[in-house]
Amino acid sequence: MTKAAADLKTEAPSVTALPVRVAANAPIEAHGIARNPGMKLDLGFLESMRNVNRSALERRVASLTKRRSIKADNQAAWLLRSISLMDLTTLNSNDTDERVRRLCAKAINPLRADIIEGLGLGDEKIRPAAVCVYHPFVATTAEAVKGTGIHVAAVSTSFPHGLAPLRTRIQEIEASVADGADEIDVVIPRGLVFGAKWQELYDEIVAFRAACGEAHLKVILGTGDLATLRNVMLASMVAMMAGADFVKTSTGKESVNATLPVGLAMVRSIRAYFEHTGYLIGFKPAGGISTAKASLDWLVLMKEELGRPWLEPELFRFGASSLLTDIERQLEHHLTGRYSANHRHAMA
Amino acid sequence: MNILERYHAMDYAPAPESRNEADAWLAARDFSKSLFIGGEWKAPAGGKTFDTNDPATGKLLAKVSDAGDADVDASVGAAAKALPKWSASSGYTRAKVLYAIGRAMQRHQRLFAVLESIDNGKPIRESRDIDVPLAIRHFIHHAGWAQSLDKEFPGHKPVGVVGQIIPWNFPLLMLAWKIAPALAAGCTVVLKPAEFTPLTAILFAEICERAGVPKGVVNILPGGPDAGAAIVNHPGVQKIAFTGSSEVGKIIRKATAGSGKKISLELGGKSAFIVFEDADLDSAVEGLVDGIWFNQGQVCCAGSRLLVQEGVAEAFIAKVKTRMARLRLGSPLDKNTDIGPLVDRTQLDRVRGLVAQGASQGAECWQPDCALPSTGFFHLPTLATGVAPANILAQEEVFGPVLAAMTFRTTEEAVELANNTRYGLAASVWSENINLALHAAPQLKAGVVWINGTNMFDAACGFGGYRESGFGREGGREGMHEYLMAKLPLGAPIKPAAEAKVAERADGESLGIDRTAKLFIGGKQVRPDGNYSLAVADRKGKLAGEVGLGNRKDIRDAVSAARGAKAWGEATGYNRSQVLYFLAENLSGRADEFAARLVQLTGASAKAAREEVELSIERLFSFAGMADKFEGRVHAPPARAVTLAVHEPVGVIGIVAADDAPLLGLISLIAPALAMGNTVVAVPSQKYPLLAADLYQVIEYSDVPAGAINIVTGKTAELAGVLARHDDVDGLWIVADSDVCKSAEAESIGNLKRVWTSNGRSVDWTSDLVGGEAFLRRAVEVKNVWVPYGD
Repeated sequence: MTKAAADLKTEAPSVTALPVRVAANAPIEAHGIARNPGMKLDLGFLESMRNVNRSALERRVASLTKRRSIKADNQAAWLLRSISLMDLTTLNSNDTDERVRRLCAKAINPLRADIIEGLGLGDEKIRPAAVCVYHPFVATTAEAVKGTGIHVAAVSTSFPHGLAPLRTRIQEIEASVADGADEIDVVIPRGLVFGAKWQELYDEIVAFRAACGEAHLKVILGTGDLATLRNVMLASMVAMMAGADFVKTSTGKESVNATLPVGLAMVRSIRAYFEHTGYLIGFKPAGGISTAKASLDWLVLMKEELGRPWLEPELFRFGASSLLTDIERQLEHHLTGRYSANHRHAMA
Repeated sequence: MNILERYHAMDYAPAPESRNEADAWLAARDFSKSLFIGGEWKAPAGGKTFDTNDPATGKLLAKVSDAGDADVDASVGAAAKALPKWSASSGYTRAKVLYAIGRAMQRHQRLFAVLESIDNGKPIRESRDIDVPLAIRHFIHHAGWAQSLDKEFPGHKPVGVVGQIIPWNFPLLMLAWKIAPALAAGCTVVLKPAEFTPLTAILFAEICERAGVPKGVVNILPGGPDAGAAIVNHPGVQKIAFTGSSEVGKIIRKATAGSGKKISLELGGKSAFIVFEDADLDSAVEGLVDGIWFNQGQVCCAGSRLLVQEGVAEAFIAKVKTRMARLRLGSPLDKNTDIGPLVDRTQLDRVRGLVAQGASQGAECWQPDCALPSTGFFHLPTLATGVAPANILAQEEVFGPVLAAMTFRTTEEAVELANNTRYGLAASVWSENINLALHAAPQLKAGVVWINGTNMFDAACGFGGYRESGFGREGGREGMHEYLMAKLPLGAPIKPAAEAKVAERADGESLGIDRTAKLFIGGKQVRPDGNYSLAVADRKGKLAGEVGLGNRKDIRDAVSAARGAKAWGEATGYNRSQVLYFLAENLSGRADEFAARLVQLTGASAKAAREEVELSIERLFSFAGMADKFEGRVHAPPARAVTLAVHEPVGVIGIVAADDAPLLGLISLIAPALAMGNTVVAVPSQKYPLLAADLYQVIEYSDVPAGAINIVTGKTAELAGVLARHDDVDGLWIVADSDVCKSAEAESIGNLKRVWTSNGRSVDWTSDLVGGEAFLRRAVEVKNVWVPYGD
């Protein structure tokens, strides 16, 4: 068991926060999280994860968001935290280099100067953790964020459906890594889950991980397509066994994207994997998280179910595009007591 | 802490709910005049007040009027005065009033929630999201029952003036559970809130004033135990509805014995929370949070006994501990509080004492290292492991945040452990295997079973206990019956049974071959334990024969046989129906003989005797037909769940019949009991027991399983008393003189068996009113099984 994992065992109020904004690719000692080496596909362990009761999970998330209330200064602080956990994302068919540069500029300077000053942030740089783009824009992004500590994330493996030939998908990862991506968000072919082809799914993800090299691997399950929370739980577990650094809910292109019950199933899979192996896996909900309030619900979920370490960008990310603007408005409101408007904040 | 420090810490901070409105309400009221009697605010005649305090700080909230006997008398008078007009008003009129109450509460729900949390100590999340919305739901739901009363409950009338006494753990919710059905049924009420928590009841009375509740229909009397006793004993009260401890419930049962008052009791519990190895364990842990750590564990149906299957026990207990460490204790008004203070110092002392006792009896009591507020009656959530079934923590209702954990190996053992208690309020079953869950649910002796959930409530779904958790249901159709009376054809008072004076037969009178009538126990004819006999006179006072003189040991054996006859309760309704039809068929085959016996013993005319036999056969036929028809219902609560309101047999029912229509009277009671799967210990008419002795011969060749019907002849008063005092008898139906009825009710408190008596009066068994649902309803317990679904 790693040192961080040992700390976690004793748990909760006394856990010290992980150092903030250490590059995810920094050596292990820098942030205390050993990278998940994966494990043998263990179908017995997988089977033991089958018991997921949707009604109970729905009740849990319904009361969870009512059991915790983040108000006043704490709300401002937690919203800043949401910014720092963000993969600022553009995944549109009409993206261009210029559009991506604009997004990077926003990532580098996410908040208006008067808000930074008003909140008393001083020299503390609070920025999204990564910018997330399609492969053609990886090089542009890497150039734009160079030296800022902001990661370059590329969606890959024939995002969003993942149905290109395996060779093609692996080549796409290699190409993005070569262009400067240090985080790769891959999708799984959802059909493998419906067919319970766990070995095939496992082998593909192992291959993705190998192609990533030092880049971190986020595995998108496409939860909106998977139909049941049980499928989500099982797919998540296979992804971790195969060496995922993060598991991620959705592509943002499914009809239903990140929901709290899905998130709960996945964070419980992360907990089970941790209890089983001692490795800490990251979680990234993506798609449909567009309000400051919704981001707080997710933070509460992480803190309650997994604990403080999962409020660091090494272990938690939001995939989001419009969330940042809503947070800016809320922060302005916090300072002035007046409700703000979108156009008062620089667009991405 | 500045924002940047908070950004790094990512801790929770206090998020207090404002209490300004509640404080303003408190400041504006004169609590020395807070008895709401006949629509007026009154000071108590005795001028006394009691203190109600904030359990989070111990500070005084108000000095509240303390009702005394005179005030109770005035309230009952006001309720009685309002009764005729209210009960005669149209269902639509009453529906409008209930609706108006519900909507008015909705308009003030935050004030209700804040007051409730201040007065009781429960976290604002609970009062805001659970107690108050559910209370409102009860009023709006019952508006519909009010309006549809005539159609849905034909032949019923309101029971009258109702005295209601409620506890401090859910002050407003329990008020709603009591008042909503009473008003819907057309009753008027005198309600006493608990001394610890009178505030929301006072606010509710204000709501009644504004919502157009006619004066005197709702009377609210803050007060202590003396006021409660005065309500219970007041002759002008026709029904008592009580929620509280089993101890007080028993006192009420005893105090009302023989008074004819209808009572419903919602008492304590020691509910099992069963986790099978194929459960969603993480969800089951959350279920415990909603079970035993809801309302500080001060919940009658709290899942306080964790039964976890051995294979997953270690992992599950570890998960529970991790989860416990995340519970937050704090101010009830902080929106981040999971556990508030207990209601009072006395309660805190009691819980501490029980935990210490449990530990001294071998339980290992574990508490997380949670921050504890410096003031207030807080108790850390506690997990007791290594708890033997005999440990006080497994036996006694703690009414605090204390969970007692045990393990089991098989489903059978889980059920056995779950049922190893005097209580029977609720149970939770956690398994992803619907076959297993629906296999376990019917075996659990509990009025409510939640599958993969806990503490789910709804106005449409009945709530109430088995065993010493009380009787009667609140909510749903069965809850309405608690406030309604079906007309029963009661007749003249019954005279105490006298020993028959038997003249010897005339010398030389033809005898035939001597017959020895015995007792019928466990499917066999047996001689009475005492080996004495009772002489039976014929209509002329001459010796007609002798029957066994049953004693307490015969009753003991009969109850034991009835308890053992499990096959009958488990048989299908169709199966029971065929047996009862067959019994009718065989009785019909000997109709002449039974008619002759009736003539011989009672002196009835041949025609009347024939009619009684025919009617007995018809009644058996009728209940045979109902065996597979008097079924439960499926409720659709406002959640993704179905609630199965299942009719289960009460269990072992003692039946004491009287001399009027000795055959028909006996059969009219036995048949519905058997039809619903109960087993019976019958004490036939003391005067005409030979009929029962003839009847067991018919039973013997009618495929009735051994032990399903047991017949003990003998002296009514003595045997009724033994049945009443037998704690393995679940129900007792008595038609006898008033002393026997009264003492049976009083003696029933040992196990709070369900007692019905004719209250000293005879019953016209020829009436159709006794052939229908009146007794079928008494022959079943309604168990509500909640089945949430979704995948």
